[in-house]
Amino acid sequence: MLQDIPTVRQTAVYVYQAPVRVWHWVNALSILVLAVTGYLIGAPPPTLSGEASDHYLMGNIRFLHFAAAYVFAVGFLFRIYWALVGNTYSRQLFSLPFWRRRFWRELVHELRWYAFLEREPCKYIGHNPLAHLFMVAIITVGGLVMIVTGFALYAEQTGLGSWQDELFGWVIPWVGQSQDVRMWHHWGMWVIVVFVMLHVYTAIREDIMSRQSLISTMISGWRMFKDDRP
Amino acid sequence: MASTETFYEVMRRQGISRRSFLKYCSLTAAALGLAPSYAGRIAEAMETKPRTPVLWLHGLECTCCTESFIRSAHPLAQDVVLSMISLDYDDTLMAAAGHQAEAILEEIRERYRGNYILAVEGNPPLAQDGMSCIIAGRPFLEQLQEVAADCKAVIAWGSCASWGCVQAARPNPTRATPVHEVIRDKPVIKVPGCPPIAEVMTGVITYMLTFDRLPPLDRQGRPLMFYGQRIHDKCYRRPHFDAGQFVESWDDEGARKGYCLYKMGCKGPTTYNACSTVRWNDGVSFPIQSGHGCIGCSERDFWDKDSFYDHVTDTHVFGIEANADRVGIAAAGSVGAAIGAHAVASALHRTKQRDRAQHEEREE
Ligand code: HEM
Ligand code: HEM
Ligand code: SF4
Ligand code: SF4
Repeated sequence: MLQDIPTVRQTAVYVYQAPVRVWHWVNALSILVLAVTGYLIGAPPPTLSGEASDHYLMGNIRFLHFAAAYVFAVGFLFRIYWALVGNTYSRQLFSLPFWRRRFWRELVHELRWYAFLEREPCKYIGHNPLAHLFMVAIITVGGLVMIVTGFALYAEQTGLGSWQDELFGWVIPWVGQSQDVRMWHHWGMWVIVVFVMLHVYTAIREDIMSRQSLISTMISGWRMFKDDRP
Repeated sequence: MASTETFYEVMRRQGISRRSFLKYCSLTAAALGLAPSYAGRIAEAMETKPRTPVLWLHGLECTCCTESFIRSAHPLAQDVVLSMISLDYDDTLMAAAGHQAEAILEEIRERYRGNYILAVEGNPPLAQDGMSCIIAGRPFLEQLQEVAADCKAVIAWGSCASWGCVQAARPNPTRATPVHEVIRDKPVIKVPGCPPIAEVMTGVITYMLTFDRLPPLDRQGRPLMFYGQRIHDKCYRRPHFDAGQFVESWDDEGARKGYCLYKMGCKGPTTYNACSTVRWNDGVSFPIQSGHGCIGCSERDFWDKDSFYDHVTDTHVFGIEANADRVGIAAAGSVGAAIGAHAVASALHRTKQRDRAQHEEREE
């Protein structure tokens, strides 16, 4: 009788602690604002007519950029702190087990899965190796590059002797000159934009096609597995 | 010829009145951004200190720095400074020539060992044993190193001496090399610009001669009072930048109204110089005031930073030439298309797999 009711058993693991989840969405929002305002700093909207005193368009765009930049930078520092005190999965963003054969084997498996060459993806409690690799490269390393180049440019307006200048002023002569730093900062935006496109697509796709939950995991923290096979 | 006269004595000998002398001291204090009380200190220093000779060498260059220098805005400043440094040795301006000139160089080195200032215009080319710049039958590099060995400090005039400038632009066939890369054991003060502004040049040299010390410098060795801020920080068109009012093409309404030149490629936001405050030709104007963007002439390798008329300039790395925005938009576009195609393929794949699974189930 009871056996006739079809049952689906789901294993669930608590993966992303609340601070990581909050950080994820705050960070996503700040990057969105930074990319849009940053693009507009490089290619401003069409000229406004009237008196200069009637408008403050570039001023506002730049203010938003700098406000989001502080959120991004403080969030980054907080995320480092949380990696120290949080669970194992909170450390993934800052460590890449590239010395393990298994990591590379699973990476190839994941790539083959995306190329429709595998019937099934593997299950992962934390990130899959492909996501892991990209997150470390683009968010951790890329984010750091954006913060360092961004604050070096910011130091140009806060002036010599400001803390931004003391901490990041060396970047400009090291890279070459101000124009070069802007150029790399600008390239960085496109790298991050392409990552975000792929990230959002794969998050949705894998939520549907893989054997585990993804989007709800980044909301509730719990990873659900759709089957009990290894 | 070399003497232990004071600056003041030299000036008087050149026919400069005391009144003019004092006026010059006040002007200089103002140009350097010092309090009025400093005028007295400058005057006192010049009356009591023995004159410090300045040797002015010319390497690979176009002489625009000298041209700028001798057009120092205030005729007074020009007279005073010229007589002050009296240019014991300067290829372009001195009366002596040939062996006589080389003898002066030798004499100053001997007599003022460790006490003279070496001003360098241009730079030494290192390729082909330096044969692209021969002075008195020898590569310029040799003359530069010899004279620098006994000097107190080096002033690198202009972008050539400071960064390399046009002769060092890619691919730099003569390996023109900025002064600080060949003179490493002496302080090198960079006064970049192509050319530097006359008042900046006279200001720097007066500061060093009267106070007998280096002016405060930034990380890259540029005097703070003139290179501490960007053109953009002090530009009178800045309110239009903040408002979002730009010149969109050279003959539009915005150009007539004097809007910001950012979209026309103005490099003011990345250029450290004094043009937007000191201006040129006796403070008459400067490029932005005449309606043209700053080309960044005082910045490192400004010739290699691609178009003067684009803000997002092309990148030249690993032999690839690319523009961030063009490549970025193309990349985002193709990744977007690839995502779309992959999504469709995934959906088809999934239905096929499901059908097969159902089929298998039914067969069981
Ligand atoms: C600017 C946009 C975004 C950025 C920069 C970003 C970045 C990241 C990073 C760094 C992680 C790793 C989290 C950690 O280990 O601390 C992550 C995970 C995740 N993100 Fe995003 N994200 C963005 C937008 C989104 C959006 C819009 C979605 C939803 C569709 C999403 C869904 C996820 C999911 C599901 C995970 C967990 C992956 C897993 O379970 O392995 N993200 N994201
Ligand atoms: C994901 C992070 C970021 C992105 C995508 C981003 C993007 C951009 C872009 C595209 C530009 C225009 C560059 C150009 O002139 O062509 C820009 C400018 C700038 N960014 Fe960022 N940025 C980021 C983070 C930061 C951070 C952390 C700071 C630190 C304060 C910062 C400070 C600046 C400054 C000062 C400018 C120049 C603004 C001006 O001079 O008007 N950025 N950014
Ligand atoms: S004209 Fe150039 S320097 Fe002046 S505000 Fe515009 S971008 Fe800045
Ligand atoms: S405005 Fe710019 S390009 Fe023009 S002289 Fe000044 S620094 Fe050089």
